[in-house]
Amino acid sequence: MTLDVDIVHHQGDFLLETRFESGGRLTALFGPSGSGKTSLINMIAGLVRPEHGRITVDGRVLVDSEKRVFVPRHKRRIGLVFQDARLFPHLSVAANLRYGRFFTPTAERYAKMDAVVDLLGIGHLLERRPSGLSGGEKQRVAIGRALLASPRLLLMDEPLAALDEARKAEILPYIERLRDQTKIPIVYVSHSVAEVARLASEIVVLADGKVAASGPAARIMQRFDLLPGDERGEGGALIEAVVARHDEAFAMTVLASGAGEIRVPRLDLAVGAPVRIRIRARDVMIATERPHGLSALNIMPGTIDMVEPGEGGAVEVRIDCGGTPVLSRVTRQSREALDLKPGRKVFAVVKTVSFDRANMAAGPRGDIDA
Amino acid sequence: MNWLTDLTPDEWNAVRLSIKVATVAMLASLPLGIAVALLLARGRFWGKTLLNGLVHLPLVLPPVVTGYLLLLTFGRRGPAGAFLAEHFGIVFSFRWTGAALACAVMGFPLMVRAIRLSIESVDRRLEAAAGTLGANVGWVFATVTLPLILPGIIAGMILSFAKAMGEFGATITFVSNIPNETQTLPSAIYTFTQIPGGDEGALRLTLISIIISMAALVVSEVLARRVGQRLNLE
Repeated sequence: MTLDVDIVHHQGDFLLETRFESGGRLTALFGPSGSGKTSLINMIAGLVRPEHGRITVDGRVLVDSEKRVFVPRHKRRIGLVFQDARLFPHLSVAANLRYGRFFTPTAERYAKMDAVVDLLGIGHLLERRPSGLSGGEKQRVAIGRALLASPRLLLMDEPLAALDEARKAEILPYIERLRDQTKIPIVYVSHSVAEVARLASEIVVLADGKVAASGPAARIMQRFDLLPGDERGEGGALIEAVVARHDEAFAMTVLASGAGEIRVPRLDLAVGAPVRIRIRARDVMIATERPHGLSALNIMPGTIDMVEPGEGGAVEVRIDCGGTPVLSRVTRQSREALDLKPGRKVFAVVKTVSFDRANMAAGPRGDIDA
Repeated sequence: MNWLTDLTPDEWNAVRLSIKVATVAMLASLPLGIAVALLLARGRFWGKTLLNGLVHLPLVLPPVVTGYLLLLTFGRRGPAGAFLAEHFGIVFSFRWTGAALACAVMGFPLMVRAIRLSIESVDRRLEAAAGTLGANVGWVFATVTLPLILPGIIAGMILSFAKAMGEFGATITFVSNIPNETQTLPSAIYTFTQIPGGDEGALRLTLISIIISMAALVVSEVLARRVGQRLNLE
């Protein structure tokens, strides 16, 4: 799938001037509130007509202001999952799910009711009314409803933003399954670093209506300057690894990665399964010689390849651990005391317990280019 | 109860005619009522205020004036009346159809108001969602908007029916008071009060009027509650 967007649009005083191209399995549109993410999604879905520009999906022109092309929303076959689930209150869950299916030409219906219901775990809800569902259940039904219309592309507009942490944790695995078990390309809008780092294969960063950066998730996540101020602490290295073995005695899982073995709390995944971990820069300590008598279990040797001043008194240090970059945030004082500079051999130290559900997830299979 | 049910043939006719006129007036004005309510709730066009005023006119004009205007327009020599009689064979003046037209016009503002309010309360984002699922404008209306405004439509229909049951001024001005043809309950009651010894008949028809109106009210309540339960709106 390739999504090609090149539009200029005024919304009051706000100017949206966006151009990007994406071919990822799950492309994250990432940016703070008011950066134009939702407007962009609405234009791709056909809810808003851009003043100028072109939008194409897999070569199919949806909007071309010069040629006066504007495909109406009901003919685009682009699924949209809204922040507020927007289930039809007068229909049962089952009827909500069947709604889009009815309008899809028979030959193009690839989504199977049973498979989708299974994937999202909503079989027990079918007879219920939307008003009786919890926020998390509503959102899962909304995802199912969009899927069952057999869309060419699935747009998700901050599907978790209205939910509390527990509900988010309930739904995220379903979105991962959706990404890994179906072939539908997804564009996922979010302002949460944790969600994007966990789900995205590609990231398009929006700021003030313009594309600030775009590219593979691992590369973008290292750029602290792209992260919103209050989320900068969430930035760090994204590392794709596989489960090497489980250490049942200490309830740990050992991951094999480019940076060597990484010990994390026990994961419920089979040996060989891909895992994506995010090592927050603030969780990484730097030692100039291999430490002894230290509780931290992950000690990764590497070479500093970049030192950049960060916010306040902090310094961002990038360590090349066997080809895999690991980021660390230390104070200026530490940099001077340890003489941290490019080329210096150091050890990156990470505590096992700094990994939790927010920064570990089943990784996407295939099509990763980090 | 014999006293109440032993109606003279003329009285029976008045009851039957009233129900027929009110039902036809309600059903015939419903499609136009929904269309006009949609236009007023959603449309953006020049002359919207004028249309709104026109729809509400029967509410503020004296009924006699409305009836006279109908007579001028839809009477045999009136422009619309002559046209309809010539091309479609539809005659209004001094027929029960005319009574239905007068009732429909008088009840129209009430019907449009109720439906318009319910359209304005529909969450348009649900319609947008239906659009992304492949439904075109017509399907969105039939499968999302219409079911959601059903309580308003029921309310509008009942208001129109009730207004028609009680309509007197415009009807008697437009189509007179002909037993068996245009003599509805109110006209019949009025006639009874004008003749000596008519008190008993007037009282009987008054009671029947009350019963029908109450029944309509109860039916609407039950229907609205049932639809409301089905919708179970948050």
